[in-house]
Amino acid sequence: MTRVFLAFSLAASVFLSFACIEKGGNTPTADTGNTIKVGVYVDLTGATSSFGQSTKNGIELAIDEVNAAGGVNGKKIQLVIEDDQGRTEQAKTVVEKLIKQDKVVAVLGEVASSNSLAAAPVAQEAKIPMITPSSTNPTVTQKGDYIFRVCFLDDFQGSSMAKFAANTLKAKTAAILGDVNSDYSKGLTEFFEKEFTKLGGKVVAKEAYTQTDPDFKGQLTKIRNLNPDVIYVPGYYGQVGIIARQARELSMNMPLLGGDGWDSPQLWSLGGEALKNTFITNHYTADDPNPVIQNFVKAYKAKFGGVSPDSLAALAYDAAKVLADAIKRAGGTDSAKLRDAINATKDFAGVTGVISINAERNAIKPAVILEVKPDTKQLLVKETIYPEGMTAPATTTANSNTNANMNTMANGNTNTNTNANSNANR
Amino acid sequence: MDTFVQQLINGLTIGSIYALIALGYTMVYGILRLINFAHGDIYMVGAYAGFMLAVALGFSGEPSAFGFAVTLIGAMAIAAAIGMAIERFAYRPVRKYSKMTTLITAIGMSLLIEYLFIFFFSPTPRSFPQLLPVGSVTLFGNATISTSQILIFVVSLLLMGLLQWIIFRTKMGKAMRAVSFNITSAKLMGINTDFVIAFTFALGSALAAAGGVLTAQYNPKIDPLMGIMTGLKAFVAAVLGGIGNIPGAVLGGLLIGAAETLVVGYGGYIGIPSTYRDAVAFAILIVVLLVRPAGLLGSNIQEKV
Repeated sequence: MTRVFLAFSLAASVFLSFACIEKGGNTPTADTGNTIKVGVYVDLTGATSSFGQSTKNGIELAIDEVNAAGGVNGKKIQLVIEDDQGRTEQAKTVVEKLIKQDKVVAVLGEVASSNSLAAAPVAQEAKIPMITPSSTNPTVTQKGDYIFRVCFLDDFQGSSMAKFAANTLKAKTAAILGDVNSDYSKGLTEFFEKEFTKLGGKVVAKEAYTQTDPDFKGQLTKIRNLNPDVIYVPGYYGQVGIIARQARELSMNMPLLGGDGWDSPQLWSLGGEALKNTFITNHYTADDPNPVIQNFVKAYKAKFGGVSPDSLAALAYDAAKVLADAIKRAGGTDSAKLRDAINATKDFAGVTGVISINAERNAIKPAVILEVKPDTKQLLVKETIYPEGMTAPATTTANSNTNANMNTMANGNTNTNTNANSNANR
Repeated sequence: MDTFVQQLINGLTIGSIYALIALGYTMVYGILRLINFAHGDIYMVGAYAGFMLAVALGFSGEPSAFGFAVTLIGAMAIAAAIGMAIERFAYRPVRKYSKMTTLITAIGMSLLIEYLFIFFFSPTPRSFPQLLPVGSVTLFGNATISTSQILIFVVSLLLMGLLQWIIFRTKMGKAMRAVSFNITSAKLMGINTDFVIAFTFALGSALAAAGGVLTAQYNPKIDPLMGIMTGLKAFVAAVLGGIGNIPGAVLGGLLIGAAETLVVGYGGYIGIPSTYRDAVAFAILIVVLLVRPAGLLGSNIQEKV
């Protein structure tokens, strides 16, 4: 009898608790009360968790600053953070949860393009604006008019590196070693190849690996036979360090080129000395002496125990600030108004450069080419490459340390001849 | 030619690691008829144990043979202890039930280890310190062999020799062989079968841990889920060679390692993309099982340990 009673009361309590959730869910927006709920979904426990952690930190720092300054429209922003374990299906599930259960007014995330691509349709369907801080695959924002980003795109990142390889490094031949399961890697491969071929270079080999490969020497040995001038490795930090190491072991000492996926504190220990003579495209570097960046670096280090912010943290910080700014301008959290406000973002001064959002909901901003310095664990600005048609403002961040860009800016309209000066520089 | 030799060296390097892990699968199967699915995770545990030892004892600063030896032996000892504990507390209590019960316990154990490590050590990959000086030796032409590859060959050969000696030249080895023939008769002959089984787990786990530390010298990224794919391949290697058969496990490991690297190197010429290396390993398994269900060296009259 007791047992039956127990079972009954258990069932009843489960039922009641669901009923409560249902009731709580009936409130029209999260805007009622004194807080505005913003959802964050990142990978905190998966293979790219270093990205997710940085992104979470960057967003938290930005929102803390916004709240400390009185919040937006008299309300504080409250973050609801979900872990998607770096898995596409999980990304979709947690964004559904954020929107339906937590009733967030906007979503920030993901880093990996594959995960953003999985979750974007959910946000679009619910008409909840989503800003990805760092997914660079072009198709992400094509998922609908509620999907935005504050970083540059793979086409720009890939072609910038191709320009650097062809113009500055004077490479005639290149091999590409990409991650076969990553949309990000595939995008970079495609646009690097396109631009590099256009500039008169030749891609002599396109090899691929998967993240679980026990070693990369098979692919590297194959590439070694063709003896390319440079190898483009558009992968993530977990593999590229080992690839560099194994390439050097096979006495392949040509420059290795990469993208923003390389940028992680883990890179130094995984790659070590092998990272000499490698260059990456990136959004920003914490080693940039520009005061805007140094202030951000100082605040970040103070909040997170001396850890230096990587570019993902910086982008996340910018994404959260852009969102807060848009909520302020929209005067509320009505989703259509908020969407228009985000889309109207113009010349927003972020730590990763000046951000304007265009009609395709992408950010138009410059990329920096960084030289990887394993001795000092620094990423040093080599040159800045501006997108086609962008006239750089007189005081951009990159100018303070490379005069290579002055020429481009005087030129005003193009990025292809950045290098005339930077060669003289070296 | 030198490229082919280079690819072969690369393949045999991974193959040696698979062989070390496959030995554990095959020994446990030989004795208990159990596929110990947690074995791949013991490989990961070994790598982490080595990592912790190397960092705690300060070997990460300057490479030395002494530091490497201590790390390797320490990691093997820790993994052996954990392997024995798993046997004692997870498998022994359910051994008297059906084989399926033990098998499912093994799968549960595997997941438990993986997620315990994610919980305690975070899923972030860690970088294993370089314990021996790096460098490479040119064999001829373009074919080079790195010090870490030489290390893998030498240490795995030594360990396999040692295992052979234990099994065929010691009293314990004789007991292991007896248990693998017939556990009941062995018990009747006065062999402490529980102890022999525990010893087998310790031996297999130590070999897997050696594989973990060696791999970490070659590919220094370690993470809590590193044992899944490698463990699976080693299992395939054990089945390919004939599960329960010790030389078979070594042969299977080397074959799988060489096959997958050659697919990466030359698969393109016959229309197999290089990223199909895993698929090829499993395809070979299917073909071998169709033609020789007992595996390459396995047969019913073969001595099994």
